[in-house]
Amino acid sequence: MTTNEIHERLKAKFGDDVGPLSEPKMDAFAVVKADRIVEVCKHLKSTPGLDFDYLDDLTAIDWPKRNVIEVVYQAASIKHRHLVKLKVEADRANAVVPSVAGVWRAANWLEREVYDLFGVTFTGHPDLRRLMLPDDWVGHPLRKDYQEAGGWHGINNVRESSLVELKRLDDVRRAEQAAKQPPAPVAAPAEPPKA
Amino acid sequence: MDKLILRRLDQNAEEMILNFGPQHPSTHGVINFMVQTDGEVIRKAVPDVGYLHRGIEKIGEIVGYPGFMPFTDRIDYVAAMTANEGYAIACERLLKLEVPPRAQWLRAISGELTRISSHLVALGTMTMDIGATTPFGYGIRERETINDLIEELCGARLTFNYCRIGGVAFDMPEGWRDKVLKFLDHFDTFVPEFDRVISFNEIYVKRLANVAVITREDAIDFGLAGPNLRGSGVEWDIRRDLPYGAYPNFKFEVPVGKGFVGTVGDCFDRYYCRVLEMVESSKIVRQALNSLPEGEVMAKVPRKPKPEAGEATGRVESARGEIAYLVVSDGTDKAYRVRARTGSFMAMGVFEEGSPGLMIADLVALISSLDVVAPEIDR
Amino acid sequence: MAPPSQAAKQKPRSLVALTLAIVLALVAGLLGAILFLTPATKPAMMDAFIREVLQRDPKTWSGTSLVYAGALALLAVILLTFGAIISSLTIWWELRVSARMQSRIGLNRTGAAGLLQWLADAVKLIFKEDLIPDDADKPLFRSAPYFVLAGFTLTFVALPFGQSLIAADLNVGLFYLTAITALIVVGIMFAGWASNSKWALFGGMRAAAQVISYEIPAGIAIMVPILMAGTLSMQGIISAQGGWPWEWFIFRNPAALGAFAIFFISQLAEGNRTPFDLPEGESEIVAGYLAEYSGFRFAIYFLVEFGNVWIMSAISATLFLGGWQIPGVTAQDYVTALGGSGFPALGWWGLQAASMGVFVLKTLLVMNVVIWLRWTLPRVRIDQMMDLCWKYLVPAAFTMFVFTLLWQILVDRVPVVETVSGGVLFGAFLLTLALFTRQTLKNIRLVHGDRIDLTNW
Repeated sequence: MTTNEIHERLKAKFGDDVGPLSEPKMDAFAVVKADRIVEVCKHLKSTPGLDFDYLDDLTAIDWPKRNVIEVVYQAASIKHRHLVKLKVEADRANAVVPSVAGVWRAANWLEREVYDLFGVTFTGHPDLRRLMLPDDWVGHPLRKDYQEAGGWHGINNVRESSLVELKRLDDVRRAEQAAKQPPAPVAAPAEPPKA
Repeated sequence: MDKLILRRLDQNAEEMILNFGPQHPSTHGVINFMVQTDGEVIRKAVPDVGYLHRGIEKIGEIVGYPGFMPFTDRIDYVAAMTANEGYAIACERLLKLEVPPRAQWLRAISGELTRISSHLVALGTMTMDIGATTPFGYGIRERETINDLIEELCGARLTFNYCRIGGVAFDMPEGWRDKVLKFLDHFDTFVPEFDRVISFNEIYVKRLANVAVITREDAIDFGLAGPNLRGSGVEWDIRRDLPYGAYPNFKFEVPVGKGFVGTVGDCFDRYYCRVLEMVESSKIVRQALNSLPEGEVMAKVPRKPKPEAGEATGRVESARGEIAYLVVSDGTDKAYRVRARTGSFMAMGVFEEGSPGLMIADLVALISSLDVVAPEIDR
Repeated sequence: MAPPSQAAKQKPRSLVALTLAIVLALVAGLLGAILFLTPATKPAMMDAFIREVLQRDPKTWSGTSLVYAGALALLAVILLTFGAIISSLTIWWELRVSARMQSRIGLNRTGAAGLLQWLADAVKLIFKEDLIPDDADKPLFRSAPYFVLAGFTLTFVALPFGQSLIAADLNVGLFYLTAITALIVVGIMFAGWASNSKWALFGGMRAAAQVISYEIPAGIAIMVPILMAGTLSMQGIISAQGGWPWEWFIFRNPAALGAFAIFFISQLAEGNRTPFDLPEGESEIVAGYLAEYSGFRFAIYFLVEFGNVWIMSAISATLFLGGWQIPGVTAQDYVTALGGSGFPALGWWGLQAASMGVFVLKTLLVMNVVIWLRWTLPRVRIDQMMDLCWKYLVPAAFTMFVFTLLWQILVDRVPVVETVSGGVLFGAFLLTLALFTRQTLKNIRLVHGDRIDLTNW
C-alpha cells in the first residue's frame, strides 16, 4: 500500500484526529492527536491489510520555537512491506503522551529512552524510569535548552586544556621550590684571566 | 543510593541478587545485568545500560552533516561501514543527491566485507563464551585479512569513515580486486572448517538448542532486527525487502532460522543464521566485483551542505540488524536532530521477559546469540 | 596480505643453549634425584648406607632415626620441587600446543621457545601485592591454598615412577590417592566461601558439586583394574600388566576400555578441565572461586591445577596403560640385574631409569590428550554435567564393574580369552589411529593455506 492509501484509511476511521500528510511527500508523516494515538496504533496493528506489526522507531524531536516536542512513530509491516510515519505533538512545558507499550512491546525501551533524554512522560507505561543516565540525573539532555548541571556527585565534567593545566602545575611547583631555598647571592663579575 | 532498578527485582532472603557486569568478559561491552537467582536458575535478569552513553545524538546537532560521519563509525565499531552507509543514505535523501553507481557498488563491497568481519567476531565471541576458545582465534585470523584489505581501501582498520555523503571517499586501489577474490577463495574453505570445528559439536549443540526460544510473534513484537529476527523464522531483510544502493543487482539468499537442531528461534538458529550469512556475503562480494561499473566515486556535494528543511530516514541492514537513521534538517548547515535506531538496542528489550527460567550459562548464551554490542545500545 | 612482520629472527645460539641447559638440567636433575633417592630411602638400603659409609651399626646407633628422617626430608623436598617444576612445564607445553592449534606461534619470548616463561611468571606472582578483601574470612582465606597444595603434593608419595621408584609403596596406594585428592575440594570450598564474593561462592559451590559427584564414577571405574590385578597397591597393579600394549589392562578387558573412558572423563571433571571447567568458567563467572586471589596464593592454585593434569595422566597411565612396564622386560630381568646383595649393580639402575622414562612418556601422551580436549571442546552446563555423571557415567561404571567380575571368572577358566581380547582391541586401536591420522591430514589439506609449520618457534 502506498502512503496515501494508508493515510486515506486512517482518515476514514479516525477523521480529524489524524492530520493531513506533510509536505514534501518523501517520508510523509501525519500528525495524530495525542489522546487517540493508542487507538490509532492498535488499528494499524490489527487491521488486516494494514498489519503494522513491527515498530521500527519511536523517538522525539524538540522544537522550542513552536513550543512542542514531536514524538515520532515509525512502523512497518513485515507482510506487506510498507511503512508509516506518525507524529504526536506534546506541549513542551508539560509533555504527556499515552504509551503504546501495550501495542508493541518494542515501545517499552524506546519510550524509556525518550523519557530519559527528552522528559516526555508516557502514561500507562509499565516501567518508566531513566535508561541511559543515572536515576538521579537532573535535566533532559536532548532538549535544546539543556544546561549541564556542572558535575554529578562531585565528579567534574569540565576540564581545562592539558597544556594549561600542566603549565599551572609547573608554576605551582616552581614557586614552592623557590620558597624553600634561600635566594642565591649575586655573584661578583668574573675577572678576566691574567695574561 | 538505592537504585530504581532494584524495584524490578523481588528482594527475597533466599535468592541472590548479582551484578553480571559491567566488567565481564561475556557481556560484549560494558553492560550490566542485575540478576536475581535461586542457585543457578535465574528468576529475573534486568539489563542496566548507559555505561557507554556518549551523547552521539546530541553531537550530531553540533558538528554538521559531513562532520558526523566519523561518529557513525563509533555507533557500531565492529561493523562500521554499514553504519556509515545508513547516515549517508539519509543525508543523500535530504539533499536529493544521486549517488554514482560505482560508489554504490563500492559501498556494497566494503559493507559486505565488514559484515563478514563482524560476524566472525560475533561467532568467535559466542563460541568463546560457551567455552571453546579456538574458533575465536580462527575467526580473528580471517578478520585480520579483511582488516588489511579495508586498510588498503580506505586507510583505517576499525572505524572507517569511508562512505561519505554523495559517494565514497576513495576509489579502489590497483590490484585490490584480485586480493579480495583471493581472500574469498580462501574464505570459502574456511566456513566448512568452522562448521567442522564447532558448529555441530555435540556439547555445543546441547548448550544452544532449545535455549531461550524467541517465537516469531515475539520477535516481531519486540522489534528485533537482523539475524535475531531471521533466526526466529521471519523473512525480513532490508537489502531485499526495502532495497537500497546496489543490492537490487545481486542475487543472494536470506538465511532464516528453521530449527536446525532444535526449535525455531533458539540460540542455535540465531548462531547458524550468521554462519550462513557469511557465505551469502561472500557471494555478494564476488558478484559485485565482477560487475563493478566504471565512473567516479563521489557526487558533487558542497563543502557545507545545506539541505532544505525536512526529514529523511535512511535504512540499512547492518550486521546486527537494521540501523535506521532519522535526520531532521532545518535549512542550516548543521543537522537539527540525528537519530540512530540500532538493532542491539531493540534486542535488550527481550531480557526481562525472556530470562526467567534460564540458567546463568544460558543467560550468557542468550546475550552472545543476540550479538549485542554496547555502543549500539547506548550511543 | 600484509607481509609477515619481523620474520622470526633466529634466537642467538647462546640463548638457546642456556635455556635448554637450565630446563634440561632441572628436569634431569629432579628425575635423577627421584631415581636415586626413592630406592635409597628404603630401610634396607639405608641400613647398608649407615653400616658401610657411616661405619655404625644401624640397630644400636641412636642417630639412625635422624638419618632416616633426614633422607626422607630430602626426598620430600625433591618431590615437592618436582611437583612445582612439572606443573610449570605442563603450563609451557599447554600454551605451545594450544597456540599451534589456534594458528598462533605461542610462547617464544622468555628463553628459547618460551621455556623460561614459568620462571618469569612465578617471580612476578611472588612480587605481586597481596590483597585480601575487607570482609573476607581471613584465616580461611589464607589457609585455603595450602589445603589444595597439600592435596596435590601428597599424591606424589604414591606415584610409581619406576619399578622400585616409589616413595611409599602403600598396599592401599590407590585408595590413598583417591582419598588425598579430596583435600583439593576442601581448599576450593574454603576459597569460595572465604572470599566474601557472590561470584566466588558460585564457583566454590559448583566446584564442590562437580568434584564430589565425579568421585563416584571414578571410584567405581578404578575398581576394574583393581579386580583385574587383585590388589590396591600401585606397584601391584602395574606388575599385573605387561610391557607390550596388548598386555595392558585397557586392551585385555573390553570393560577396562569402557572403564578407562569413564575414569578419564571423571578425572577431567575432578581437575576442572574443559569441558568441565565450570567452577572457573572464565566467560561466565570470571575465575569463580579464584576471583579474589592474587599474588602467590593465586600461583599456588594455578600450580595445583596444572599439576593435577600430570597427576591424572599419571594415574591413568598406571592403572590402564601399563605404568612403567618396558616392552620385553619381565619382572625376572629386574631381579637378575640386581646382582649380589648390598648396593645394586649398574644394570639395575639402567633398567630403573628406562622404566622411569617409559612412565614419563606414557604420562606425557595422556597429558597431551587432556590438553587437546581443553582447546577443542566447549563447556557443558551444570545440569548437563550432573546429568552426565549420575544418569550416564555411574550406571555405565557399574556395568563395567559387573562385567569385569564375570570376565575375571571367565579368564580363570579360559586364560586365552584375555590374550585374544588384548590382540583384537589393540588391533582396533591401531586401525582407529590410522583412520584418525588420515582424517586429520585430509582436514588440513581441505583448508586452503593450512599446513603444519614447526619452523617458526
